[in-house]
Amino acid sequence: MFEYCADPGSLDSLQWWSCYLTTVKQVMFYKSFGTVLALLFLTAPVILLFGFGGAMARRSRVLPLRWFGLAYSSMVRGIPDIIFFMFALIALDQGIEYIRHITLCPDWTEPVRQGNDFVVCPQAKMPLSSAPQWVHQIYGFFLAVIGFAFVFGAFAANTLYGAFQAVPHAQLETAAAFGMSRAKMFRRILLPQMWVYALPGLSNLWMILIKATPLLFLLGVQDIVYWAKELGGAKTARFTYPHGDWRLGYFLVLLVFYLALTWLSERVFERLTRRVSRGQATMGGTT
Amino acid sequence: MSLCAQEFSDYALRAIGIGERLLPKHDITLCDQFVLIGSGMMWNIYFAVLAVFFGFFLATAVALARASDRWFFRLPAKAFIFVIRGSPLFIQFFIAYEAFVLIPKMGIDINLGFTEITVETRWLTKAWLGALIVLFLNTSAYTAQIFHGALMSVPKGDLEAADAIGLSGFKKFRRIVFPAMLRLAWPSYTNEAIFLFHATTLVFFSSFPAWRQKGDALYYASYFADKTFDPFIPYPIIALYFVIFTLLLTLLFSFAGRRLNRHIRKDHQ
Repeated sequence: MFEYCADPGSLDSLQWWSCYLTTVKQVMFYKSFGTVLALLFLTAPVILLFGFGGAMARRSRVLPLRWFGLAYSSMVRGIPDIIFFMFALIALDQGIEYIRHITLCPDWTEPVRQGNDFVVCPQAKMPLSSAPQWVHQIYGFFLAVIGFAFVFGAFAANTLYGAFQAVPHAQLETAAAFGMSRAKMFRRILLPQMWVYALPGLSNLWMILIKATPLLFLLGVQDIVYWAKELGGAKTARFTYPHGDWRLGYFLVLLVFYLALTWLSERVFERLTRRVSRGQATMGGTT
Repeated sequence: MSLCAQEFSDYALRAIGIGERLLPKHDITLCDQFVLIGSGMMWNIYFAVLAVFFGFFLATAVALARASDRWFFRLPAKAFIFVIRGSPLFIQFFIAYEAFVLIPKMGIDINLGFTEITVETRWLTKAWLGALIVLFLNTSAYTAQIFHGALMSVPKGDLEAADAIGLSGFKKFRRIVFPAMLRLAWPSYTNEAIFLFHATTLVFFSSFPAWRQKGDALYYASYFADKTFDPFIPYPIIALYFVIFTLLLTLLFSFAGRRLNRHIRKDHQ
């Protein structure tokens, strides 16, 4: 970064730090904070979508669909989310490759499962083994987004279902008395009002989501945990910037990052709650 | 033909180091998976039971400190709750492990009167103690927040009634405030216990190494998924185990909850 960084061994501490903190790997560490934030902001809408679908399915008049919605929204209560991540990711990966396999190589005769191996034809590999490194990374990130959305969508389905149920029944009866159709009632009465009831649950879910982002590391994405371990590990004198085991320090930085993020989110949700409860017939709305 | 008898005798106690030393490597059968993952569940249950049990007492203390008028009780309690609830458990595991590793290795003799035991600091780097401490602190903070909320919503009438019949100090707390707080907190507390039980799967997945492959259920499930490259068997098995034990936990808590509410008329609930 700086010119005097050519020979770090000879620098005094201030300059040494300025060089150390601007190495290429350090900058990748800083950028990985962006990865975490990107995951948060990309998955949030997808989670809402999944949750909305789940809640709608659970409210459906079609019995099998209702069962599906119920099963989807209650599974997270019984099974740890991390098991879903581990499962959903491999299953999704293998599923995509299997579908590509049967469409791209129809005349491949060998079975896909050979003992302990999962073998698809080379053209069906996802991403192709010839693809550059960044494609692999983007694909891994994409899978992680889907995995997160699937698991937390189930949480959201629970919250949204409860919110739909919480809208006062008299409101719907009035709408029906005005001759609104079921769809119109949903759009005009139910949907605008349920957000007040959903917000506490959704803000809680957002907090859980923030605190689940280190799981990205387990899914093989190069996130902040990965870089903290990588950079914090002891470096012998053979390295340009030798230092002892600094992982504790790096993790403390992550701790501060997460505390700031949750603290900030709490403030934002407080304001949002005040905003949506304006004009509602609730305790928060009347003041 | 007995069901999985061989596998059972080999691997039923594998998670605590009793039985066959080597894990199955090839020709992995359904029996292997069921028995070994079930064996790992012992660790999940061990962590959950002890953390929730000890956490209950610390949580009560922290909740009371949080509600105290004195700042030197209130502020540390607030800070403790903020730091633990505001950061991922995953990071807490990492930090605790790195910190425990830095503690110098030594033994401290503790005289128990009838016998003397040596407490060694290197136990902290082992999952059975180190991870238990992290889980214990974690659940204490979450539970303290729940208990504090419940404490704030204990009906004023109850407190006035207690004053009126001349209860005060610890007696008032023990007879009136504490039971009312528990009753109000119970549904959320049940949720927290379930969350903690599920969080035990993180222990061997984050920093604490599984010594001699003695791991929890998820450790073995992912071992099988790696070996067979087939996630569709081990993960549903571990999911089944967790569903069963979560149901059991819910039942246990609802039983306790009914006992807490036994004097309240049904139509008032």
